[in-house]
Amino acid sequence: MGEVGPSERRISSFLFIIILVALGLSLVAFYQAVIAYGSEEFSLGAWFVLIGFMGVALLTYMLLQTRKRTFKLPIQAQRVATTILCQKCGFKNIRDFEQGDYVFKETEGCPKCNEKMMIASIYREAEEKGKD
Amino acid sequence: MIPMVSQFPTGGEDSIIAWILQIAWIVMIVATFIYGQRIQMYMMLREVESSLSRLKLMRNKGRKTAISTIKELGKTEEDPTERVDRFLEYIAIGPVELDPSGIIWRLEHLLNVRDARFKDEVKAMVPKADETQTNNMENMLEAALALNIIYKVIRHFYVLGKKTKSLYIIMQLQMLLPLIMREAEAFSNALQAFTKGQPIGDGVGALVAAKLMRGHRKKNVAKDTLMAKVSIEGRTAYVLKATGPGGNVGKPGEAIKQIVNETKGKIVAAIVIDAAQKLEGEKPGEVAEGIGVAIGGPGVEKYKVEESTLKYKIPVNAVLIKEDIGDAVSVMRKEIFEAADAAIERIKRLLLERTKKGDSVIIAGIGNTIGIGQ
Repeated sequence: MGEVGPSERRISSFLFIIILVALGLSLVAFYQAVIAYGSEEFSLGAWFVLIGFMGVALLTYMLLQTRKRTFKLPIQAQRVATTILCQKCGFKNIRDFEQGDYVFKETEGCPKCNEKMMIASIYREAEEKGKD
Repeated sequence: MIPMVSQFPTGGEDSIIAWILQIAWIVMIVATFIYGQRIQMYMMLREVESSLSRLKLMRNKGRKTAISTIKELGKTEEDPTERVDRFLEYIAIGPVELDPSGIIWRLEHLLNVRDARFKDEVKAMVPKADETQTNNMENMLEAALALNIIYKVIRHFYVLGKKTKSLYIIMQLQMLLPLIMREAEAFSNALQAFTKGQPIGDGVGALVAAKLMRGHRKKNVAKDTLMAKVSIEGRTAYVLKATGPGGNVGKPGEAIKQIVNETKGKIVAAIVIDAAQKLEGEKPGEVAEGIGVAIGGPGVEKYKVEESTLKYKIPVNAVLIKEDIGDAVSVMRKEIFEAADAAIERIKRLLLERTKKGDSVIIAGIGNTIGIGQ
């Protein structure tokens, strides 16, 4: 299945330039803030700190965007329960699903009355958060 | 210095650093004006790229699952990888729509050919598998095929948008992606159910029919479709479902047509039970009633039911069990399983209200009967 997928490059030149500009602006702003605080111009210093942090925030956002691609597939195996029921005495046994189980399959004898039991249900308990 | 930017604190108008900052800001503002759309497109592309990587993971997972299951079941010396890859690229071409006359029969023929071809392919891959395993394998391969198609289509538009630098192609793709991802995730979850032969949400209609026909004599009425004559509330019900427990939807339309013709139209009502797409905010497993033929898919079976019931003016009732696309193709959840009993109660009430003692009715449980016997 040879193919061309999304770019495998970790970081594009365009993004690299934006990161460099943001980094440069932040450094200059922090430097200016230090000078402003040194000459006791506190409100001016605060402005530069704000600009510096804005640059850092932009930088972090860009870097996080590039790292986003290294995620793993968060699909987990679903837990499925099989309910085995004795139709004569009503004895119920719930266990994990086993390969070959199906609804209405006749299974082993009932431990109480020795009558053949039947798979009455196979289902999963929904665990997804916020799912209706 | 430009008056607007001179308001900005820069550490003094004569400072070189202040000039650098001023120029940098001006450059950024101009760049935003000129390249704003491109920046927006770039950010959208990043989002699409991220989803595309996720789709690729899902597609690869489907392919790997298919290959490993075939190796496990097939127990042959031959490596199935090439065959699976060929299967995942399978294309079915629809009938011509320019002349709609007879399109249903042409579509049915194509679907039958496709089905037979899929079954032959699976049998060639796993010659020692029984019918149930063959049907389950076919379903699993179809889920892997769906994942491959979704991935390839999204990749096509992504590459096309990138090549043409068209904001509108990328924008449409980015807007549709949340829905497409939901569908892809549903197919990805379906792999587990199909590999292990577990009942899926779509099979709830078949489950209702199985509960009704249990303990009664069954006979084949159409390909992969069973029927049992059951007495419910003093009425004779022809209950039908696809033959389980392998992954199968049967031919309910053909079966209903056969029953209607055999009884010469002496059917007072038909009740079709199926899973239906729930709206956001509705609870899964809610039971709703209506009229009309509740059969999904390409429309061939639905058409057959409409044709045969129209011929004898038989009213068609629908009992629907609500679920979303994710639930429909993944392992049946508890609420949906329990809804089968509520649906049976609805059917009984419908029979009491809409028919008389001694009447004959058809009750059709629609859906994939994987993991559900009878």
